[in-house]
Amino acid sequence: MSKIKLIELPAQQEQLDELTIGELVHLSGVIYTARDAAHKRLVNQLKAGQPLPIPLKNQAIFYVGPSPAKPGRGIGSCGPTTSGRMDSYAPLLLDAGLKIMIGKGQRSAEVIAATKRNKAVYLVGIGGAAALISQTVKAAELVDYADLGTEAIHRLTVEKMPLIVAIDTKGNDLFAVGPQQYRTLPD
Amino acid sequence: MREIEVGRITEAVAELCIKSCLYLGDDVVALLRKAKAEESSDFGSYVLDCLLENLEIAEQEQIPLCQDTGMTVVFLEIGQDLHLVGGDLTEAVNEGVRRGYQEGYLRKSVLSPLSRINTNDNTPAVIHTKIVPGDQLKISVAPKGAGSENMSRLKMLKPADGLEGIKQFVLETVLEAGASPCPPLILGIGIGGTMEKAALMAKEALLRKAGAPSPDPEVAQLEAEILALVNQTGIGPQGLGGKVTAMAVHIETYPTHIAELPVAVNIQCHAARHQEIIL
Repeated sequence: MSKIKLIELPAQQEQLDELTIGELVHLSGVIYTARDAAHKRLVNQLKAGQPLPIPLKNQAIFYVGPSPAKPGRGIGSCGPTTSGRMDSYAPLLLDAGLKIMIGKGQRSAEVIAATKRNKAVYLVGIGGAAALISQTVKAAELVDYADLGTEAIHRLTVEKMPLIVAIDTKGNDLFAVGPQQYRTLPD
Repeated sequence: MREIEVGRITEAVAELCIKSCLYLGDDVVALLRKAKAEESSDFGSYVLDCLLENLEIAEQEQIPLCQDTGMTVVFLEIGQDLHLVGGDLTEAVNEGVRRGYQEGYLRKSVLSPLSRINTNDNTPAVIHTKIVPGDQLKISVAPKGAGSENMSRLKMLKPADGLEGIKQFVLETVLEAGASPCPPLILGIGIGGTMEKAALMAKEALLRKAGAPSPDPEVAQLEAEILALVNQTGIGPQGLGGKVTAMAVHIETYPTHIAELPVAVNIQCHAARHQEIIL
């Protein structure tokens, strides 16, 4: 596996361009949480030409619904959720300037194409490693959609969040190539 | 006749909800260690190390090992010589879920399927009851996350499809799921009965001690063959490529109709959570 690359947000395009699928990344800076219900609202607002509660240009969205924070903590456990459920919304957000998607699992051909078109990246965390990932979240504050509970949008300040590059700016897809070398099924 | 106050059930369910979301059973941890020993891919090895470290952090910090603390599935095995007193059994279980999820800082993930409005206390639970001989009550709490549940499938095969058809259906299900259900997986499979019986058996199979083969040698043989087959997919831990896509296959069977061959596959992620108590 590769040496770990440190990425400070907001990311510079040159830094993103240098990322290749399979590389380990430690991400630091401000990211926004949004999953199913928040994506639906964001996309509806975007389509209606309404102002959004968060900036998209050059930003990072983490697909997560954290568990509640214990007293004195900013956040509870917070591993990535399955990204595929955001596939129908993601291309529009990418075309509006989103640069980094953080989740788990494979993406659709449309999302891969939109990622390449916008020179964005898709990073994956380890699904289920939610207690471990929570240790890298240094601050969390509610931004909007409070009525959605765990699905509300939060602004997180993260420090060295461990991630793997799964789709790079060239449109390479780790999920297409990774399993292939271990596949021993007869055709 | 022996009596149990339903209030005791509420207390037990609350405690089991918290315990199951914070700790994995020793059986599952042993399977994760075995997977780590067998996995030759760098990514697979890295993922398994992170998952084992994650368990330690969850225990130290007393926080859920996965943020998706699931929809709460509760199995009740009620002795036929037992009398439950002091209130409504279903409400007692739901009150336990309500308390456990509140007091344990567990995520409330349950909502109306149409309006998508959250109930905000993770109720109602999905409750399965079975009347059994004796005067005891066994409560099993198994919070089920959506990442793996969403990838589960059921198919009414034709009898002519036979064993080969069963294997192919399981293989297709695992391939279609890919990285989404957080492999390495445990597969709960129900074969036979009717449509709903197969689905329920698939879920019940996940309560078995992880990795323990079926006591029926014919079924145990099929479990071993399916495990070997799905581990040829190369999906590996987190779908990044590797040898260990599944850690165990548990099959339950039931007689079925001459015209039927129902097969249900309930996919379980590595966070195979369940805790039991006997009252």
